[in-house]
Amino acid sequence: MNTGNITDWNGNMMDIGPIYPFVGWEVPMVIIAFIFWIGWHYLQIQMENRQLEAEAQKLRQGDNLQKAIAAEHNPERM
Amino acid sequence: MSDGITALQVLFTETYYWITIVMMFLIHVGFCTYEVGVSRRKSHLATLLKNTMVIPTVGVSFYLFGWWFYSSMVNGPGITGGLVTAHFAEPWNELMGAHMGGKPVNPNLTPADTFLWARLNGVFFGAFLLFSWTTASIVSGSIIERVKSGAFWLIAVMLGSVTWIIDAAWGWHPAGWMVQLLGYHDAYASGVVHAIAGGTCLAVLINLGPRIGKFRSDGSPRNIPPQNVWLVCIGLFLIYTGFWGFYAACNIPIYDVQPGDGVFWSATNIYLQATTLSAITFNFIMSLCGGLMAGYIVSKADAYWTFSGGLAGVIACSAGNDLYHPIQAMLIAAVIVVIIYKLHYWQEKRFKIDDAVGAVAVHGYAGFLGVVAVGFVLWGYPASPDALLGHATPWARVTPWGQFAGAIIMFWVLGFIPGYVLSWILKQFNLLRVPREVELAGLDYHVFETMVQEDQEIQTVLKEARLAPAE
Repeated sequence: MNTGNITDWNGNMMDIGPIYPFVGWEVPMVIIAFIFWIGWHYLQIQMENRQLEAEAQKLRQGDNLQKAIAAEHNPERM
Repeated sequence: MSDGITALQVLFTETYYWITIVMMFLIHVGFCTYEVGVSRRKSHLATLLKNTMVIPTVGVSFYLFGWWFYSSMVNGPGITGGLVTAHFAEPWNELMGAHMGGKPVNPNLTPADTFLWARLNGVFFGAFLLFSWTTASIVSGSIIERVKSGAFWLIAVMLGSVTWIIDAAWGWHPAGWMVQLLGYHDAYASGVVHAIAGGTCLAVLINLGPRIGKFRSDGSPRNIPPQNVWLVCIGLFLIYTGFWGFYAACNIPIYDVQPGDGVFWSATNIYLQATTLSAITFNFIMSLCGGLMAGYIVSKADAYWTFSGGLAGVIACSAGNDLYHPIQAMLIAAVIVVIIYKLHYWQEKRFKIDDAVGAVAVHGYAGFLGVVAVGFVLWGYPASPDALLGHATPWARVTPWGQFAGAIIMFWVLGFIPGYVLSWILKQFNLLRVPREVELAGLDYHVFETMVQEDQEIQTVLKEARLAPAE
């Protein structure tokens, strides 16, 4: 089993090109990275919107908003 | 790497850029520190996280496509030519990973490609990525306490991995079309980093609107002072420190600037035009001094604006700091800092723009005016060493109109317009601004609520433990 092109560090260094494993799999790796990146933004936006909406709902109930604003100046809050 | 001198040149350049990346990281640390200091206690954590996550969001997108834009879009495309082939910057290319510079696997690469790019691709990518984080961070501070983080990160990707790097290809590349046709000269990025970020900032602020309570019912602005002035000033000090690395990264440290007629090694600016690190050291210091002194006087010794004045002074001179005399740099910095300070408060009163950190003025207007100033002070200079790059017909020289057109392209065309369009779309989908209740309670409301609940639980457990008989 050998995941990379390197089998021996001795010899002519000018013969050594890429040294990472799985040379030749760059395009699939880029596709995975692209999906990971776009997917992260999608999940993040969904998560943030859900959280903000839940907080807003809670703050609209009773005097929760007034309490939260009053707590802003409470030094023990941090 | 068989030729000793060439090998040393490449290895020194690699090491030099690697060190600039470490130094420039301080800019991001400084921006985070500064932003948290400006924000109110109820939004500290969200503010910190918002700017920290610029690192991965812009980092990954810059790897996937941003770096390729810089080398491939120097002609527009469609203005002075088509897309330029840049295999080394394609994310699937072997040179976008660990490589020893020997025999290429990819048939599109030559041994000359691998020899040069194996050691320089990663560090050049890193240096440009750090510039990208800076552009995004500039926007981050001005929109604190009411923007949704997800919206900001999309704006950061647009600015950091698309628009700014395209402007760098156009006006900050030795063969960029703006350099060739307009004689655009912007050695340390007054326009290509700061003006574009300021333009985007202004556009987003218009769509986002002011913080609740910023303006009275009669429309006059309230001052919302920084929560922690110490943190703000330390943050700005860190940005100054990182800015030295920024300047260093705008230079090629060792390059033969006299090919074909003997060898003459010199540092060059980003356009491969000969300069010295001494020259930029003089000018960085004197423009910082001019900015600090003007900021102190015009703001009546306000610490926040004195520090910001220092930063704006450097930004205002950056376009020409490879060539200015140090006293010219000091005076240009001082004059522009006074103007941008006035502009900040004018836009706040006149247009109700709530820019929490003054980024539009400090980066946008100072950068814009700095680019314009070069047109007058360096009028007639070659914008880049066209003959060195093998062009028999000289390219355009520096002129006031060429620089003015360049400043418009940076601030308005690539900064404001894309920023306005994207933030407007986000606003239509209710993705731009947090709900009013959350803004009032603070973006860290959920964190505090959880902390309070957990604390109450612990107190209850402790109380029960004290009341219970000892076993």
